[in-house]
Amino acid sequence: MIRFLSRLTPVLATAAVFLAGFVVCSLIYPNFASLRVVMNLLTDNAFLVIVAVGMTFVIISGGIDLSVGSVIGFTTVFLALAIERWGVPPLWAFVLILVICAAFGACMGAIIQYFELPAFIVTLAGMFLARGVSFLLSTESLPITADLYAHLSDHALRFEGGARLTVPALVMLAVVIGGMVLLHLTRFGANVYALGGSRTATGLMGINVARTTVLIYILSSVLAGLAGIVFSLYTSSGYSLSAVGVELDAIAAVVIGGTLLSGGYGFIFGSFLGVMIQGLIQTYISFDGMLSSWWAKIATGLLLFAFIAFQQLTLHLARRSRRAPAGVHP
Amino acid sequence: MHATETLPPPLLALTGFSKSFAGFVALDHVDFTLHAGEIHALLGENGAGKSTLIKAMTGVVHRDAGTLRLDGVAIAPRSAEEAVRAGIATVYQEVNLAPNLSVAQNLFLGRQPTRFGLVREGEMRRRARALLGEFGLSIDVSAPLESYSVAIQHIVAIARAVDQSARVLILDEPTASLDAHEVEVLFAVMRQLTSRGIGIVFVTHFLDQVYAVCDRITVLRNGRLAGSAPVDELPRLDLVRLMLGRELSEATSRRPPVVEGEARADVATFRGVGKAGTIAPFDLALRAGHVVGLAGLLGSGRTETVRLVFGAERADCGAAEVAGRAVSIGSPREAMALGFGYCPEERKTEGIVAELTVRENIALALQARRGALSPLSRREQDALAAKFIGLLDIRPPDPERPVGLLSGGNQQKVLLARWLATAPRLLILDEPTRGIDVGAHAEIIGLIRNLCREGMALLVVSSELEELVTYADEVVVLRDRAHVARLTGAQIEVSTILATIAEAPSSVPLSADAA
Repeated sequence: MIRFLSRLTPVLATAAVFLAGFVVCSLIYPNFASLRVVMNLLTDNAFLVIVAVGMTFVIISGGIDLSVGSVIGFTTVFLALAIERWGVPPLWAFVLILVICAAFGACMGAIIQYFELPAFIVTLAGMFLARGVSFLLSTESLPITADLYAHLSDHALRFEGGARLTVPALVMLAVVIGGMVLLHLTRFGANVYALGGSRTATGLMGINVARTTVLIYILSSVLAGLAGIVFSLYTSSGYSLSAVGVELDAIAAVVIGGTLLSGGYGFIFGSFLGVMIQGLIQTYISFDGMLSSWWAKIATGLLLFAFIAFQQLTLHLARRSRRAPAGVHP
Repeated sequence: MHATETLPPPLLALTGFSKSFAGFVALDHVDFTLHAGEIHALLGENGAGKSTLIKAMTGVVHRDAGTLRLDGVAIAPRSAEEAVRAGIATVYQEVNLAPNLSVAQNLFLGRQPTRFGLVREGEMRRRARALLGEFGLSIDVSAPLESYSVAIQHIVAIARAVDQSARVLILDEPTASLDAHEVEVLFAVMRQLTSRGIGIVFVTHFLDQVYAVCDRITVLRNGRLAGSAPVDELPRLDLVRLMLGRELSEATSRRPPVVEGEARADVATFRGVGKAGTIAPFDLALRAGHVVGLAGLLGSGRTETVRLVFGAERADCGAAEVAGRAVSIGSPREAMALGFGYCPEERKTEGIVAELTVRENIALALQARRGALSPLSRREQDALAAKFIGLLDIRPPDPERPVGLLSGGNQQKVLLARWLATAPRLLILDEPTRGIDVGAHAEIIGLIRNLCREGMALLVVSSELEELVTYADEVVVLRDRAHVARLTGAQIEVSTILATIAEAPSSVPLSADAA
């Protein structure tokens, strides 16, 4: 039990930071502590959480996916064109874009696996490619006026005090729960951790490393596509410059959530909290009304530093306590 | 048909295994037979072909010829995975499991019990506890593997292998990183497995362990089967002969008459120098014009000794004196400043820089000694290269040729030239004739003799005892990470060295581990 808690320490620390931040905000702004603020936090950051869930899989397996922001941008442009210009029914457009994203992820995963290239380079190329293609499709911001969009943005679970749990937020919560089940309770999830622990050993244990790697990048790209759909619902438009730099926000959230950037350790729920902390800072800034929104970046940067230092410290302490009994036999 | 029915068929039978890599014959028609319930030691020095044989039978490398029968049925696994499925599992010295996963996940990764696609964590832990219980291990299986000692990680690896319906278990130097108690635990596990009818191939270089646990011994030498016999029919001396010697009767190599009575100056003396867990404290005196040979089996502490002398490893006790002054050698840099040179055993990885030319390789050590601020001019480098290419007869005599394109013998000469360029007082050679064709052996030995005549002190590690006795003035015999004997003069004979290596270890200081 103590061991289990020690593995959870980074996530507990993230949760503590979030709660402390929330309490501080509530003390400064009396109407901060409301269901409405919390629900808005979920809706506003839904797409980022969805991407961060995929990124968590990738990072735990020892990889990285820099292409997700561009994939979101590409998705919004593709949806706007497909629905508005080419007359594709919105639901079919959703299916189509998810299939395209899956193929894109499969290609990146296969290149990483079979050409033994670093994920950083391959997904960097994917990032330029996806962004470039979306510019090729259109450089303008395209409004999406389909009925489904208007309908979906009306649809929400309503609570008293004007709080609404919107469709994007519901999708996001489903992805978080689904991601937790997949990562923590299935054979696939165990293989993802094993890959991050030792790639060669995983292969020698008879796990199909190639298949697992390709599936991980498919998952990340499909979730980026889903995040793109949610983003287009949220903005009711498609724009090739949308979601620039979101991959870095997602990586930051995953690391703040306690996942080790070198792979092997981490939790989906931590990444969720990591996004929520970033959202909390944004909300604080909008409540203040005077602060520049760039303060959000500065705060995120400082938090990242703090969390990485914290992780190294706990790792160091854990290793030291392990080494002590072994020292009996020099 | 009737004849075979009377004898139990062997569990695993390899016949005529051959494998060569780019012209180098690693395995030459090797036969190997393993019976059910048997622990079979597979022994041999470096490069004898043990690893290649294991890799060939588990499909990691593809054999050129030979048949493999498991329970009388011919099989041909093409990967480690297929070998495991057929019933042959291997556990390597390095534990190949995921350190971050729990013990239970490691035992069942890829075959966890599931319901509706979800891993049944409780059921998996229950099975893991039951499985490890069979090995007398009662630990928290939900804790990450890395929180346990290497010995427990080994047992987990073995348990995983055996549970995947292994009939044949190959243990490749599993004891190298274990202490004495952990080795006992592992042996208990091995004995228990044989009682279940599993056959174990045990690779080790600790002879004590062979006699403690094995039923049969097979020895490889230079890719060939050197011999195979039950343990009680192969006493230590015969075993060491099989591993090291060719035919002892003809191995009474004549040494040239030793020039006696030359009281040469001490170049370096070491008193009580040692390092816990690496090599027991030893005394060593290196004199000008004197060759000291280090003889012993693989892992006996030869390389460890020279690494301490050269400062590549830091001694934790003892005192060193160079040219009459007390010194402390903490790094190779300091050793080089004192006039030491070291040609390591792993020529390819530690010695030559294959992409650089002969000239650049030769200039390397001298340049390092002079420091980056006073570069050797191109003219000096050319002169240096020309001198040593002539002196050592490096072929082809082209200073601008990348060293990687030279033969092994010539690479070795370049390495020698590099150190000779620094005019060392003491030159350390670790297996100077390994991997070199026979003709070049004589040349290298001739060079060693010449260097010695010029007044250099030499410390040579060699497994080639017949060669060692022809040039060494003194031979230090090592066993179990300790210097156990110092042979001089007429004592320097292959048979004496072999007998000393093979002596039972009870009368000698044991390694620090066993204490």
